[in-house]
Amino acid sequence: MLKRTPLYEAHVRLGGRMVEFGGWEMPVQYSSIVDEHNAVRRAAGVFDISHMGEVRVRGAGAADFLNFLLTNDIRKLAVGQGQYSIMCNEQGGTIDDLYVYRLGQQEFLLIINASRIDADFAWLRQKTSGRDVKLENVSDAMGAIAVQGPRAVEFIDGCFGGPTKPSALKKNQIATLTFDGKTVHVARTGYTGEDGFEVVAPAEIIEKVWTRVLAAGHRHCAQPAGLGARDTLRTEVCYPLYGHELDENTSPIEAGLGFFVALDKGDFVGRKALADQKANGPKKKCIAFKMPDKSAPPRPHYAIWSTGPKSTRIGEVVSGTQSPSLGIGIGLGYVPPEYVAPGNTIEIEIRGKRSPAQIVKKPIYQKQNV
Amino acid sequence: MSSKVPADLKYAKSHEWVRVAGDVATVGITDHAQHELTDIVFVELPEVGRKLKAGDSCAVVESVKTASDIYAPVSGEVTAVNKPVVDDPALVNSDPYGKGWFLQVKLAQRDELNKLLSAADYMSQIGQ
Repeated sequence: MLKRTPLYEAHVRLGGRMVEFGGWEMPVQYSSIVDEHNAVRRAAGVFDISHMGEVRVRGAGAADFLNFLLTNDIRKLAVGQGQYSIMCNEQGGTIDDLYVYRLGQQEFLLIINASRIDADFAWLRQKTSGRDVKLENVSDAMGAIAVQGPRAVEFIDGCFGGPTKPSALKKNQIATLTFDGKTVHVARTGYTGEDGFEVVAPAEIIEKVWTRVLAAGHRHCAQPAGLGARDTLRTEVCYPLYGHELDENTSPIEAGLGFFVALDKGDFVGRKALADQKANGPKKKCIAFKMPDKSAPPRPHYAIWSTGPKSTRIGEVVSGTQSPSLGIGIGLGYVPPEYVAPGNTIEIEIRGKRSPAQIVKKPIYQKQNV
Repeated sequence: MSSKVPADLKYAKSHEWVRVAGDVATVGITDHAQHELTDIVFVELPEVGRKLKAGDSCAVVESVKTASDIYAPVSGEVTAVNKPVVDDPALVNSDPYGKGWFLQVKLAQRDELNKLLSAADYMSQIGQ
């Protein structure tokens, strides 16, 4: 039985095409993936992200607890700030990638992947013993939307009340605001490579929030956007998606997320394995690549081959799509470290035939400075 | 939104259409299919001269999100393929029964046409 978010009816009314994603019934698109993708790059798109999980972590030991469970350094977070972080197992494999926000000195909010809610909560709970920490899985009680795109800032302020305006937030900051007298959190974060905001609100008011944000955004060319566009947008800027770039057998070092691993902060779960990988080099690395014009787009699980007379199978595509911004096939994949230099040519096997692709620097798509 | 289903064509359950002129059948995908796929970004067509059996996978159409096989609705030798649609796959979206055609085959077994769906049958299949 697939789960539905509190916005399910709203999606159906908007003509959303509902598909399965991580155990949830979610809109893959309303008008078209390309249309919604372009709206986010040029104006704004509004996404339902209520399927994602929320966990509250409170107590005198909360900061130390999270600093031991997560790879990034939580001591850098002032109240009202968030950071991207990874939760690893002892082997350095990824249990989940997440956002952690510091709502108070002893109070944190984790935003976790929909498909990992149960695994994450079980892992966190098992690690609390002997610590002054209260964990609360509020995933079902909370809904969330993402308002993404260069014009989101033009209309977000009018949707909320409170001590500050969303537009006053800097990247990765979070504010506690009000919506019809109810408490909501608004953060300047996202998963599209564009400026934007993410709103976490009680499930019972999220449809009102969604409706008001879409109405306010209408004059600014905002439109609802589905998971299809969310995937093409994040692939263009090389943000990982759990189950594709990350899993329990893949470390953040292998995924190219070493920036979010603070090896110098003291001991934490997975530190030894990650330090070893960083010192000696991982066995595989996540690359970004582009296909030439007129090639079929790459897809997850397509084989990656080296070029030349001794060509061998060296890895696998983990994310691949046609890039709506660039008009060519793009992808991410894992190969051994000796192949990863940008500019190198690899081959992608598509329906039994191999097509050349070029390894490029991440991100694949970068906004032009106009 | 209802899809166009021209009355003079035959249809396969797998959403291909067939237009017959003499012993040549032109094949494409239906308006309903292009709408379901949305944003078609790549089309792969068979070699001219390939002999197809009804039901063979004979072409591939890719949207932003997925790759889908296209099946030969009738048996026969491929006599022509629509090169413009390879250069501009969006033709399948904009004109599925015209400029967005895929391939032509010389009919090998004319009675196969009787097994295909009429426009009315296809409309009921897609719930129209």
